[in-house]
Amino acid sequence: MRELNWREYITTRLIRACGYSAIIFVGLIFIFLLREGSPALVEIPLPSLFSSRWYPIEEYFGILPLISGSIVVTIGATLVSVPLGLSTAIFIAEIAPRWAKEILKPLVEVLAGLPSVMLGFLGILVVAPFIRTATNIPTGLTAFTGALILGMMAIPTIVSVAEDALDAVPRTYREAAHALGATEWQTIWRVTLPAARSGVLTAIMLGIGRAIGETMTVMMVTGNAPVLLTGLESLFRPVRTMTATIAAEMGEVATGSVHYHTLFLIGITLFLISLIVNMAAAGVVFRQRKRAERILS
Amino acid sequence: MVSSAEARQHSSLPQEIKNKIVIEELSVGYSDGTESLRDVSLAIPDHAITVLFGPAGGGKSTLLRTMNRLNDLADVISLSGHVWIDGVDILDPSVDVISLRRRVGIVFTQPVVLPMTIRQNLTYGLELAGERSRSRLEEAVEQSLRAAALWEEVSDRLDDPAIALSGGQQQRLCLARVLALEPEVILLDEPTSGLDPISTGKVEASLQELKEHYTFVLVPHSVQQAARTADYAAFILDGQLIEYAPGKQIFTNPQDQRTEDYVEGRFG
Repeated sequence: MRELNWREYITTRLIRACGYSAIIFVGLIFIFLLREGSPALVEIPLPSLFSSRWYPIEEYFGILPLISGSIVVTIGATLVSVPLGLSTAIFIAEIAPRWAKEILKPLVEVLAGLPSVMLGFLGILVVAPFIRTATNIPTGLTAFTGALILGMMAIPTIVSVAEDALDAVPRTYREAAHALGATEWQTIWRVTLPAARSGVLTAIMLGIGRAIGETMTVMMVTGNAPVLLTGLESLFRPVRTMTATIAAEMGEVATGSVHYHTLFLIGITLFLISLIVNMAAAGVVFRQRKRAERILS
Repeated sequence: MVSSAEARQHSSLPQEIKNKIVIEELSVGYSDGTESLRDVSLAIPDHAITVLFGPAGGGKSTLLRTMNRLNDLADVISLSGHVWIDGVDILDPSVDVISLRRRVGIVFTQPVVLPMTIRQNLTYGLELAGERSRSRLEEAVEQSLRAAALWEEVSDRLDDPAIALSGGQQQRLCLARVLALEPEVILLDEPTSGLDPISTGKVEASLQELKEHYTFVLVPHSVQQAARTADYAAFILDGQLIEYAPGKQIFTNPQDQRTEDYVEGRFG
């Protein structure tokens, strides 16, 4: 009896320590980022920080081209992956016969685990040359190429999570809609999708999160030129994202230099952007849940 | 129509009553090997409540769901026989299932409100059927809610999510939703099994009031309910139709020993 109590005590303590350490690690990472990145705000005057020229060797530290590069590639990837991913999820969950479903679902999940370097290869060897010849531009390593490849990367994540959400919608909902004379498509669009809304939204956010944080692939296929986007035609020019900049330059920067601090500042910006995206998503889901709770009480 | 006349002879109903649905030698088997219905023949009259009762697992729900082809969604592997509604065999693959389901509505055991507002739950089916006129939709909302004895309780909050209603209200909303479509036949699969006695009473009263306009086929949740509501009653046991007669007769003077045992509560 006494021994049991003792074991119980140790186990709960251990689990609690694990839980707290996760919080502490996140906090430490953030503090480290702040400590290394914030000096840049003092060392570089704000106007030049938000200028459009990134050329650290000559002390030009404008981070706008990097931010715009990240945003454009991410939005492009979202535009590619969300419609395709959702349609695939709907196909697997609602339309495909059972045997096809049993093959497709694991296949998609294997795709989700594909190392990003391999997709980078695919981008450099297949997609980029194709885009170069198809649109007759000097290089195929462009923002568009990056968006395309990143979109393909995000699709499996979106499909897998969204399919789970659709699958969890009770069969009775579908029966009820069919009983009212809804066709297959009307049932999906007006009943099944709205019922699975929060899960589908999570899927999209995870997909976007994957795209915005991706480094290796974008380094390989976007051409890495830190140029501010000026219009639609710059979609077909090389860009450079925040992640690629950090990865490419961190190795050769002098610790404690202005350049070093600026790279960390970019890290903070990236951190904030994904925080905002995640909070926005959580906010939407939370609002819905609160609504549901209010309704159920 | 020869076959529907043949089917009529299987039942013990008087010939002069107009039969809305005639089921003829219907057999249904599921993919897990279970046979759900075996050679069921049954004629269901118009403007009355026909009750299908018997122990659980006997195939009552299957029979009900076959009447609006909702069983198409289940794992049915063998299906034979005919279901004639107004002389048309609805099991024929060429039948337009969508318009059939508009004519033959169903209310489920568990109230299934759609993830929309109360109003949208009622208008959804009509909009699918192509109704666009605002005023006619509004009219249908009020009429169907009144018919389902729900209007007083929800008229001031039609734009609230339907999930907010209590179980009893949800079930009456489901009934109203079916009524709004103005079907000819309404199938009810244990519609009151999750309801308190008061709500159950309200639903049963609505059915009695509405039956002159519709053909009701009800799977009751108890023998008592069957006896209360049945104009005609069919006793179904292990996928077979044992006895079919006017309600008064079957509950007071059953012809088959098994029916008698079940009605008097000796098994089931």
